[in-house]
Amino acid sequence: MNSGATLSTSSLIIASSLVLISLFFSYYQKLNLEKETIIGVIRAIVQLTIVGYLLNFIFGLKNPFFTTLLLLFMTTNASFNASKRGKGIKNGFLISFIAIGIGAFITLFILVVSGAIKYEPYQIIPIGGMIISNAMVAIGLCYKQLLSNFKNKREEVETKLALGADILPSSIEIIRDAIKTGMLPTIDSMKTLGIVALPGMMTGLILAGTSPIEAVKFQILVTFMMLSTTSIASFLACYLAYKGFFNGRKQLI
Amino acid sequence: MSILEFSNVSFSNEGKSILKNLNIRIESRDYISIVGPSGSGKSTFLKLCNNLISPSEGNISFNNKNVSEYNPIELRKEIAYCFQMPHLFGDTVMDNLSFPFKIRNKKVDMDRIKYLFSLFSMDEEFIDEKVLNLSGGEKQRIALMRTLMFTPEVLLLDEVTSALDSENTLIVENIINKLNNEGSTVLWVTHNDEQSIKYANKLLTLENGEIKSLEVLK
Repeated sequence: MNSGATLSTSSLIIASSLVLISLFFSYYQKLNLEKETIIGVIRAIVQLTIVGYLLNFIFGLKNPFFTTLLLLFMTTNASFNASKRGKGIKNGFLISFIAIGIGAFITLFILVVSGAIKYEPYQIIPIGGMIISNAMVAIGLCYKQLLSNFKNKREEVETKLALGADILPSSIEIIRDAIKTGMLPTIDSMKTLGIVALPGMMTGLILAGTSPIEAVKFQILVTFMMLSTTSIASFLACYLAYKGFFNGRKQLI
Repeated sequence: MSILEFSNVSFSNEGKSILKNLNIRIESRDYISIVGPSGSGKSTFLKLCNNLISPSEGNISFNNKNVSEYNPIELRKEIAYCFQMPHLFGDTVMDNLSFPFKIRNKKVDMDRIKYLFSLFSMDEEFIDEKVLNLSGGEKQRIALMRTLMFTPEVLLLDEVTSALDSENTLIVENIINKLNNEGSTVLWVTHNDEQSIKYANKLLTLENGEIKSLEVLK
């Protein structure tokens, strides 16, 4: 997976003129996006530079403890982000942390045990980042769907409660629908892999000089792990979150 | 013996007072018609009875024990509530009629289902009908069958004949009357004056969230 592709800083500076094109369009079309664009570009440069140095440092350490710490940091950030998406979900942060954490842990565990990847920072961190962010997006979608379903299907849930059903059978359809909503983008993108676009990771590997066949192998691996993490995280997030829509008397809040 | 008792019960939602200081004793085997203008708190009253909501103030007791001491799931099986809007779920009528069995971990009793169809004078072929293809009146009767699958101690009905023609209204009234004679306590919200005094032994009138009157009819 390692190759010596380099990009000279001067070429990068020349390439930055591409930003000017975007700024020009924004100004010309009165889109009022100049400020946003500049802030975006500066943030991208600063954040990525910091991450670059940080990763360089951690990769050099080759210390499993730091690698784990970084994974936890990524999971925390992702959980925070997902819980923001699910405003109205009780204990959103904690639920997200458990869902993403367990989803990522199981997937990485299988990958490492099977020998597909090594528990070394240069492999674990980019792969961990990919699955954690994928899980974050998935459970964000789950939350949105749970919130809208519990609002729109209130009467159905209350009808079932009134018949003497516990909260799980009263909400099972809503839970299933939300899990599906979380997983569908991953399944859909799987179907179009290679036809609509070359996935980012594969593109990166090819750019860095890996043969397309090798890159494809890694991409297939990535696809599998995205699928497993998304399903674990969506499942856990929905099953943990639905309870928050009821109180101790099993009444819909 | 009183089966349900409200003591100083008030209910408010988001700062809006819906029921104010209700005091009522409902005797076992009572058949009470509940009337009152829209927004007088009739449906809220029924929801409080089967613990879909809890009072903001005061106590409700069922068989002389505070409702909050019961497991809400078990309580709702004894105090069954059929909604004003018949909400059928799943794909088919069967999905709805098998639900009461599933939540009790019991095998679906087809004899019971067929018996209810005959009681309601409905064709058994409806069992496999898609919910989407049912008329308002059919939905209302299926929803009621679903509620009656296991005979409850207390039956709460919220305008359950509003979508029925006179013939089917009569059938439902007779079924409910029969259940009452067999021992179920009935609380029936209705807008139909004739219906409200036909079988009931008491007439409860709510107005602006308060009990206006409780007349003994029989």
